[in-house]
Amino acid sequence: MSALVRIQEVSKRYGDAVALDGVTLDVEEGTVQGVIGYSGAGKSTLVRLINGLERPTSGRVFVGEHEISALPERRLRELRGGIGMIFQQFNLFRSRTVAGNVAYPLTVAGVPREERDRRVARLLDFVGLLDRAHHHPEQLSGGQKQRVGIARALARDPRLLLADEATSALDPETTADVLALLDRVNRELGLTIVLITHEMEAIRSIADRVAVMEGGRVIENGDLYDVFATPTTPAAARFVRTVLHDRPSPDTVARLRASHPGRLITVRVPDRKGFTAELSRAFAAHGIAEQLVFGGISEIAERPVGALTYALEGQEAAVRDLLEALRRTDVDVVEED
Amino acid sequence: MDELIADLPQYVQAIWDTLYIVVISLVASGVVGLVLGVALATTRSGGLLANRAVYTVLNVVVNIVRPIPFIIFVTAIDPLTILVVGTTIGPTAGAFALSVAAAFAVSRIVEQSLVGVEPGVLEAARAAGAGPLRIIATVLIPEGLGPLVLGYTFLFVGIVDMTAQVGAIGGGGLGDFAITYGAQRYNWPIVYLTVATIIVLVQVGQFAGNALARRALRR
Repeated sequence: MSALVRIQEVSKRYGDAVALDGVTLDVEEGTVQGVIGYSGAGKSTLVRLINGLERPTSGRVFVGEHEISALPERRLRELRGGIGMIFQQFNLFRSRTVAGNVAYPLTVAGVPREERDRRVARLLDFVGLLDRAHHHPEQLSGGQKQRVGIARALARDPRLLLADEATSALDPETTADVLALLDRVNRELGLTIVLITHEMEAIRSIADRVAVMEGGRVIENGDLYDVFATPTTPAAARFVRTVLHDRPSPDTVARLRASHPGRLITVRVPDRKGFTAELSRAFAAHGIAEQLVFGGISEIAERPVGALTYALEGQEAAVRDLLEALRRTDVDVVEED
Repeated sequence: MDELIADLPQYVQAIWDTLYIVVISLVASGVVGLVLGVALATTRSGGLLANRAVYTVLNVVVNIVRPIPFIIFVTAIDPLTILVVGTTIGPTAGAFALSVAAAFAVSRIVEQSLVGVEPGVLEAARAAGAGPLRIIATVLIPEGLGPLVLGYTFLFVGIVDMTAQVGAIGGGGLGDFAITYGAQRYNWPIVYLTVATIIVLVQVGQFAGNALARRALRR
């Protein structure tokens, strides 16, 4: 595996405003790289550096063997054809039909008409909109518009697809459809995808890796599972909590404390077979009566992830011994106070 | 009534002169104004061809010319009219002067129509690898076509109005006819006939423009 996109120490300023502040990020060929952050974190600027719609103030950007950040505009235009892009507001040409929209990049590339028509038909078939070829964009639903956007982005058989908040204007069900389509684009066509979003659910559905951005920096970047299971920054933890509701909020802890007199602990569920049985044995061995009061286990990247909160009843010393024993076997335990 | 019949040839001629001036000015100022307007819309900051110096110069020039009362402007460019047309009298001279004046107004109409085009659509075209000139021709103008057609319709009405003024200073046409054969001879039926003719002309133009704009906007 090699990196298709390499972003090296890139900064971007607009006057005094700093949009990107020393960002380094590699995107492996064939993967879906999620980039999550709140608005203003610099995600949209970052994605526009990759196809040269914006130029970095400093630092370098490579796509394949080409240094995007060093190429003159004319050369960039040729390369942009090999990089697809889709947008939050779809940005379809209202003056053209669905087929006309998909054909546009091919017209720009000077593909002959017959070949163009053939490819447009194939692309519309791929996104399931062949019967809408002669409709105009305003006759389509949001999800259909984005599928046209995807077909247009794929027109020139790119290796790389940039998705800038591609599902943020869609309802949850349509979002799932569009994400499923992007997943097919990645798996069936082998495209590398850079997925910019503020929705952790989108990342969870299709990303292989996720970078978390805040204040123009990438503050965390790792495999999907690792970031979900063990986020290392508060921002990443906040995003994870928008999807996984397995840890009690301070309010919940206060309510639990009121109804359960003993110690409250939260245990992270690792990807380890028989973990909960292992826990039960540990409680029993220390003569502790446990009661499961909060938590849940879900799946990320086809592996279990979650947290369980227990109310413990037993001798103070026995509880202390239990916590030590658990930590010795690499169990991630938090005492809720 | 007899007078009306006696003046009929002049009336018909005046209609033709007006149509001649309107069509020539509409086309000429339409084309020149389109180029100027596209330049204004694309050179402003954030535009496809953003260029502060060019934009500032164009903007200032248009701002200088636009507030000059039309009838004074037409008189002021008489030397230019003589240079190009050879005379300041007659419909061709009128059409020329009118075209120059209207081109500046058109440039603003075009600028406004095009600035309203969604920037995201232009970005999509850039992302597809299109250069600025191609984007102007294949995306910017087609996407702004609805407001452009409405703008040009507005311009048509304005030009009909301006032909009357050009007529008053030797350009011929319906305005000249209404004043020379009507007002100055206290022949009010002639004045009202002319007014009615102009109203019909404007209505036809407005309906046609609206219909075209509806097609462009598909509403």
